[in-house]
Amino acid sequence: MKKTHIVALVLIAIAIATLISFMGDVTTYETIASAKQKPGKFVNLIAKMDKSQPMNYDPVKNPNYLTFTAIDTLGNSIEVVYHNSKPTDMEKSERLVLKGKVEDGKFECKDILLKCPSKYKDDANANAKNVSASVQ
Amino acid sequence: MKYNGEHLFYGELGHGFAVLSFVASLVATIAFFKASRNNLLAEQKSWIKLARTAFFIETICVFGIFLTLYYIISNHYHEYYYAWNHSSRSLEKKYLFASFWEGQEGSFMLWNIWHCVLGWILIWRAKKWEAPVLMVISFAQVCIATMLLGIYFFGAKVGSNPFALLRNELNAPVLFTNPDYLQFPKIYEGNDLNALLQNYWMVIHPPVLFLGFASTIVPFAYAIGGLVKNDHSWTKYAIPWAAFSGAVLATGIMMGAAWAYESLTFGGYWVWDPVENASLVPWIMMIAGLHTNLVYKSSGYSLKSTYIFYILSFTLVLYSTFLTRSGILGDTSVHAFTEQDMTTQLVCFILIFFIPAMVLYFYRSKKIPTIHKEENTYSREFWMFIGALVLCLSSIIITAKTSIPVYNKIFGTNVAEPEDPVFSYNQIQVFIAIIIGVLTAITQYFKYKNTSKNVFYKKILTPTIIALAISLCISFFGNINYDVKGAGFMVAIHIAMFAAVYGVVANFAYIWIGLKGKMKSAGASIAHIGFALALMGIIISSSRKAVLSENTTGIALLQKSKDYDPAENITLFKGIKTDMGKYDVTYTRDTFNTSNHKKYFELQFISKDGKDKFNVYPDVIKNNKGQEGNSANPDKKHYWNRDIFVYVSAMQNGTTDDTSKFRPVDMKAGDSVFYSNGVIILNSVVKNADSLNKKLLPGEVGIGMNMTVITKDGREYKAMPVVALKDNQLRNIPDTVIAQSLIIKFNKLADADGGKIELGIKEDQSIQDIITLKVYQFPFINVLWIGIIIMVTGFILSIIQRVRTMASIKSSKKRILVAEKIKA
Repeated sequence: MKKTHIVALVLIAIAIATLISFMGDVTTYETIASAKQKPGKFVNLIAKMDKSQPMNYDPVKNPNYLTFTAIDTLGNSIEVVYHNSKPTDMEKSERLVLKGKVEDGKFECKDILLKCPSKYKDDANANAKNVSASVQ
Repeated sequence: MKYNGEHLFYGELGHGFAVLSFVASLVATIAFFKASRNNLLAEQKSWIKLARTAFFIETICVFGIFLTLYYIISNHYHEYYYAWNHSSRSLEKKYLFASFWEGQEGSFMLWNIWHCVLGWILIWRAKKWEAPVLMVISFAQVCIATMLLGIYFFGAKVGSNPFALLRNELNAPVLFTNPDYLQFPKIYEGNDLNALLQNYWMVIHPPVLFLGFASTIVPFAYAIGGLVKNDHSWTKYAIPWAAFSGAVLATGIMMGAAWAYESLTFGGYWVWDPVENASLVPWIMMIAGLHTNLVYKSSGYSLKSTYIFYILSFTLVLYSTFLTRSGILGDTSVHAFTEQDMTTQLVCFILIFFIPAMVLYFYRSKKIPTIHKEENTYSREFWMFIGALVLCLSSIIITAKTSIPVYNKIFGTNVAEPEDPVFSYNQIQVFIAIIIGVLTAITQYFKYKNTSKNVFYKKILTPTIIALAISLCISFFGNINYDVKGAGFMVAIHIAMFAAVYGVVANFAYIWIGLKGKMKSAGASIAHIGFALALMGIIISSSRKAVLSENTTGIALLQKSKDYDPAENITLFKGIKTDMGKYDVTYTRDTFNTSNHKKYFELQFISKDGKDKFNVYPDVIKNNKGQEGNSANPDKKHYWNRDIFVYVSAMQNGTTDDTSKFRPVDMKAGDSVFYSNGVIILNSVVKNADSLNKKLLPGEVGIGMNMTVITKDGREYKAMPVVALKDNQLRNIPDTVIAQSLIIKFNKLADADGGKIELGIKEDQSIQDIITLKVYQFPFINVLWIGIIIMVTGFILSIIQRVRTMASIKSSKKRILVAEKIKA
């Protein structure tokens, strides 16, 4: 067996080991109900803001504190605490990806990813709504 | 119905070009294929002639589409959906190009155009490889042309027509019952270019990146040609092309990084976002291919891997097209591109190249010459091959991680990124950086075939010692203590630092030790220096990136932990100096620029020791396209060794509708009165003082109330409301203490004998102008940018050198032939 083959095999083995250990690190998407079952575990929630509940953000008092209630498509809701500035447009967003963990019945959020009606995306429906509203 | 003011001719012209370009590239593909299979010279010539004609028509069409669409956008013909949706009348002229490639049709067009340009260079230079190489390129043109067709084929929509009409695309039936719909404000004005893309990097980054993407097809096409003809002499022509691809793609990727750094608020230039990874991975694979190609040329080893790497590099470009355009990255990427349903078409685009290429490779693989004798450990080819292998694995690992959404789609799983996605990349890639850094340093000191051990060790000794000394200095005095991820990772960072320094020093030394200072042939060494410098920049700037805007409002955040400090935003009130660690920051003023619709903030930074004072001007631009809120653009203060990076993370405009009233208070000198946040003291009533006279107009006499406001936390402010008198006319000049939202004015004399006066005190209830700020410090970020520039320069030098040598070999061969003829 050639040396290059041995090195190649070793490297491939390392790569596979890396990917397997990576699979151990990955997290999962959960619903609010299933996330509540796993307190302390880092999960991703797909939800949106419940606009009927109050949102608390006062940059004067503390720019790094935001609380609101998230609701998912199954209708479950949870209070979210986010120690950072409020992402612009969060209220508008139809879909929030919340990364964090459930602690004491609250969702301690580490990162919020916004799925806006359009970011780079051309959302034909949003465009139509936007224009039609201005016509009527 | 007849609509007024539409320009339908241009759309028909453009779409005509699109259809014709599809047909012409199909003809070109077939003709080049025929030419490559035909051995009769005369027939081959006639096929080539036909193919070139078709390719010429194709080129005209591609430029025709481009110019027509540009004409439509720049004239604001908003009856076309593309023009309406991606631009507006108030958009600055220089961003019209950016709106061109905001949509995916425009970026496909860029790709098309570059293929044509590269195609003509190859027709001019490639000689006997013209037919097979152009066959592959023309076929890619066929595939891209289908993306722009927008016609229905057996009920399935193929591609998306950039010349589609607004009234066919927009689902707003009420609107289009009006023949003058183009005059509606929202239609007339246009839907605008996304605020994030209104940046000069966005004008130049996509063309360069797409030239890089387009250029990966050339080595791929040579490889396919080689497999078809079972002739491996293409490898020497592919080297400059692979180097070209490496140079341009690197430039394009780093321009994207610069854009992210300049205008996005991710907090840096690279966050291992899937879109970024997708552009990086083909580059890594191309570099692996370039190196094995060099190995084959000089030693005869590594031909098979060269084939594989070139095929994979182009396939990964196609895969990245799929990832970024199919909408599959929806939940993982900050950049979510279009979600037009072209998924099937994009998957076909990958497979139609990858499967035939691999089938052809395995069909031919027995006939590809390989050397069975083992490489010498003390040879350049051995270590270059190892390096290429490591690069290949690195790109496979990155691809595998980036593809999580693809697995979810295929297997129906619900796996997501790890808790700290950036670290999950960094912890692996830091080891890749170590290996590649060291290999970059030592490999050139080996000769091809065999190197004498003594000579090698003698030559490498000095650079090794120097590199070790420098990197130890950096480790000890450079203050790199990135212990957030544990000691193990920090050690890895220090080793990587050494590897990068070693790469710079050893390659620098090699120019003299190995090449005796011949700069002409130093292209590779210079490219390696640049690469290693870039590595150094990456390691320092990211391991020592610091947050400066730590919250000093005094509100304790319990959740702050060792590896997680979310309190990275600071609130600033307009006009109030705020403590921010090393600096005092004041939000002094803001202005709105009507030509680019940006609101600029002036922030004054004064270092605590008073030595450093500067202003930065971050801005926000109001979001468009139906989004509320603002997008922030950072501003930076550049120092030679660091950047202070500032952006407005949130803002609140002051309101003017104030409902509170003045509260009357009787006071005499020496009296004090409470307000909600402290006490107000009337020190004295002054009749003649400089501070008073300044406020008076000529001919007025006045009295001023010299007052002091003391807040609960002990801060003091001066105030002087004034009343001026002229010709029995009273003029009231109130004074305000902005920081305390206090307004104080003179009401009347309450009791003339006792010296009592009535003052009006108002606590302004309106909200002030407030911004929240995020401030980072990136040390030595310039090393990264400089490294990339040097690397690209190195690539260009080596391309020039190779093209020259090839030309000189050819002319010397000619001379020999002529000489022989004369002899005969």
